[in-house]
Amino acid sequence: MLGLSAKDTRLFLIVIAMVAFAPFLMNPFPTDSAMAQFNAGYPDLMQRFVIFGIFAIGFNILFGLTGYLSFGHAAFLGVGSYAAMWVFKLLGMNVLPALALSIVLSGLFAVVIGYVSLRRSGIYFSILTLAFAMMSYALAYSVLAADMDGPDQQGMLQKGLTGGETGLQLTLSDPRVLGQSTTAEGNIPVPNLFGIEMRDATELVLGNWAFTFSAGYYIAGVIMLIAFYISIRIFRSPFGLMLQAIKTNQTRLNYTGLNSRPYTLAAFVISGMYAGLAGGLMVAMDPLAGPERMFWTASGEVVLMTILGGVGTLIGPVLGAGAIKYMENILSKINKDTLYEWFSFMPDGLEGLLVTMVYPFVGKGWHLTLGIIFMLVVIFLPGGLVEGGQRIRGLFGRKKKTETDTPDGAKSPAE
Amino acid sequence: MDAIILQILNGLDKGSAYALIALGLTLIFGTLGVVNFAHGALFMIGAFCAVTLQRILALSHEVAVPGETDFLGNPLMRNVPYVYDWFGEAAGQTIIEWSVPLALLFAIPIMIAVGVIMERGLIKHFYKRPHADQILVTFGLAIVMAELIKYWFGANPIPAPAPPAFTGSFDFGAALGMDPNTIIYPYWRLVYFGFAAVVIAAVFAFLQFTTFGMVVRAGMADRETVGLLGIDIDKRFTIMFAIAACVAGVAGVMYAPINSPNYHMGMDFLVLSFVVVVVGGMGSLPGAVLAGFVLGILESFASMREVIEFMPGINQVVIYLAAIIILLTRPRGLLGRKGMMED
Amino acid sequence: MGILEIKNVGKRFGGLQALSEVNLSVAENTVHAIIGPNGAGKSTLLNCLVGKLIPDTGSVTFQGQSLLGRKPHEINQLGVSRVFQTPEIFADLTVMENVMIPCFAHRDGAFKMNAIGSVATQGDIKTQAEAILEDVNMLDKRHMHASSMSRGDKRRLEMAMCLVQEPKLLLLDEPTAGMARADTNNTIDLLKEIKEKRDITMAIIEHDMHVVFSMAERITVLAQGTPLVEDTPDNIKGHPKVREAYLGEAQV
Repeated sequence: MLGLSAKDTRLFLIVIAMVAFAPFLMNPFPTDSAMAQFNAGYPDLMQRFVIFGIFAIGFNILFGLTGYLSFGHAAFLGVGSYAAMWVFKLLGMNVLPALALSIVLSGLFAVVIGYVSLRRSGIYFSILTLAFAMMSYALAYSVLAADMDGPDQQGMLQKGLTGGETGLQLTLSDPRVLGQSTTAEGNIPVPNLFGIEMRDATELVLGNWAFTFSAGYYIAGVIMLIAFYISIRIFRSPFGLMLQAIKTNQTRLNYTGLNSRPYTLAAFVISGMYAGLAGGLMVAMDPLAGPERMFWTASGEVVLMTILGGVGTLIGPVLGAGAIKYMENILSKINKDTLYEWFSFMPDGLEGLLVTMVYPFVGKGWHLTLGIIFMLVVIFLPGGLVEGGQRIRGLFGRKKKTETDTPDGAKSPAE
Repeated sequence: MDAIILQILNGLDKGSAYALIALGLTLIFGTLGVVNFAHGALFMIGAFCAVTLQRILALSHEVAVPGETDFLGNPLMRNVPYVYDWFGEAAGQTIIEWSVPLALLFAIPIMIAVGVIMERGLIKHFYKRPHADQILVTFGLAIVMAELIKYWFGANPIPAPAPPAFTGSFDFGAALGMDPNTIIYPYWRLVYFGFAAVVIAAVFAFLQFTTFGMVVRAGMADRETVGLLGIDIDKRFTIMFAIAACVAGVAGVMYAPINSPNYHMGMDFLVLSFVVVVVGGMGSLPGAVLAGFVLGILESFASMREVIEFMPGINQVVIYLAAIIILLTRPRGLLGRKGMMED
Repeated sequence: MGILEIKNVGKRFGGLQALSEVNLSVAENTVHAIIGPNGAGKSTLLNCLVGKLIPDTGSVTFQGQSLLGRKPHEINQLGVSRVFQTPEIFADLTVMENVMIPCFAHRDGAFKMNAIGSVATQGDIKTQAEAILEDVNMLDKRHMHASSMSRGDKRRLEMAMCLVQEPKLLLLDEPTAGMARADTNNTIDLLKEIKEKRDITMAIIEHDMHVVFSMAERITVLAQGTPLVEDTPDNIKGHPKVREAYLGEAQV
């Protein structure tokens, strides 16, 4: 289907099904049960799953295929966000032009940064990208926030290109030449796709379960599917093969008559555009862009996602993004009271002990869990969750050994 | 003129911290071939050793003040630190006030233990893995360490003051025969700079004049050959790692009065220290020290009001800008050697 | 006029004159060996030919085109392939993919962004790759991971990767270094076979006399960075200067 091999088609269909039915899959627990707080099927979080999925898919095209570890990818996320904000402010609230500008602008930005950074490899490349991203952050935070036209009529201070520390926000006085500055009710208009507002949602109540279907989520989901499809095509293309060749042996590639630089630059720009798209989508879902989106911790996060899911695999980055965002939103909400509720069936002393033992790992301490899981993955499971899945399948499915010998399937970036 | 001297002085303390962390980083990289992203966390642990000792010394018990009562008629209680009981009030007071320098003694064994455990337990298994894996696992470890500190000490910075003898400022202007009050420099920062100089000199002397150091230097020049000479390289690796951890730790202890320790200081310093190491040249010890001070002073100059008015925001980007320029014009850093980390 | 002309090439590293006044002409369709004791400058010379080093003096021309100042990939595109001392292959990829990469490189020449087409549908490339694997007797191993192969097979694969580009000149840097005698003999047979089947010029840098004398048609002896003699193998065998150069090494 669509020029994919049977195996890739199957994977793609699974991902389509996952995206389509996520509102059900993510909400397995009845709304009034104690486990309801593990439900992730609300639009805000599901949008984050797919948006960070796009970010990680793009990062994986660079890191997974070429082996160049960028520590500054958040810069493109930020550029994409600011670009989309300015389209919303100047042109109108339709998300398509906003996303288009996000992609184009972050792509151009990636050409410049990539052209310079890719002159070095290894840790030098990592440090160069980190330096560029931190410079972008500092510029967005202070320099580009310098007042250009002073306070607007509403008296709200709109600072410069990036809005500085507070970030860039929509105001009632933005021109929006193709749309309206204010709605009939006097509010700031909401991002939409040809009239479908991102926050439109329908709720479906089935017995004790409530499922929310949000327009924003499905639009972002479709975009992620397109992004995922393109990434499969890139992985299976001659271009993708060249990128893998760069990762395993750049010397040989040079003596094979190829200059690796244009290939790495192309991969860098593509992954920058993915990041820009993700940044634009973040703004489309929640029209606000701040400089912290470009801070190096944000770049570190996408590295974590990709590694956790399985670097160099197709589905890995999406799984990793989902896992981390799930932990960030669900694990962090667990507090001491919840823990006492869970362990209430235990004798008092044991209950207290268990709560004390578990508490550091949840709530505000979720980063600790993340760090530990991440370390365990790097140490024991370098292929991430995907490798874990394959190993589990290997344990149960010894009989189906014949499948590994299929002609075109026996290669590293399997799923 | 006085402004320039002041900025150089201001750059010295940050430069000292950069240089000390970068020194350990590059030592680990040069000998063990490991890129340690958890090195900033070691600096942070050092700083929290100072906090911990300060808290231990302040442990106290309640004593009734004879002859006095509170408004309910109960005997008035007063907290008396145990050190007062043991050493007398005056000496006890001094011990508490000098908790930061004392913490050096406290931190050294702790840092050695942390270093040995880290190397034996984790880093050892990553010698043969790709650099990217080393970066990732130590990055994970850094997150874990920062989060543990956050769990124990909370998210807010905890002040750890310098001994009162060093709380004042030194008037350089007056000392140099210029206008008084133009170049004021806190004593503790002078102490920090001097301390850093001593530690750096000690590390260099150790590497220069001991047999152990000779082997380490040989290892940095050519790791494979030293391995072939039948020298027990494993034990030396562990010791090297412990030394590097110790240097980062004591740098952290002494830095506590300059910036109140918080759980993310490790990461803040790590990112910049890495830039310092790379600018100095991976695996070059003099390069790390030189780059540390150069970038520290550069940052301080860029923070001058005149410079910021001329180029807004330059203070925040100058280190990165310098790193980019140096890396593009001198691919191996200021004093780096050929072949380091180029694969 | 040979296919490869080296004239007056000199290269200095600091105080060490690695090469001086090297004049060498490799005739088309011959196997030309360059031998010499350790430190004679063999590897430096090779690196000057492939674009890794730029000589301080002299000229290197391949089919009348100067190679100086060209990057390794540009020199490869002119028709010069290189085999390394330790086989340089794409270890993470399958044997088939290893051979397909040079096919793509050969077909597309410089950078070509073929990002959407699938590798699996490139019939012509596949046929080409399979033909060359057949040629080196590796077709049955085409789905193996390159990293899991024996050293001899890796050498074979590397050779296939070079040959699939139909180079006019094949440079071999000690192709049997560190090999067991049996593997060495296999490699010699393979090289002979390759030579029989096609019009190709080979320049071999070699230490092992057995290899050199079993296949070279011309031999250049390099000593202390400069050619000592150039002659046929039979004449080289008993040459007093050569003995001197090698005996000198043995005494050290």
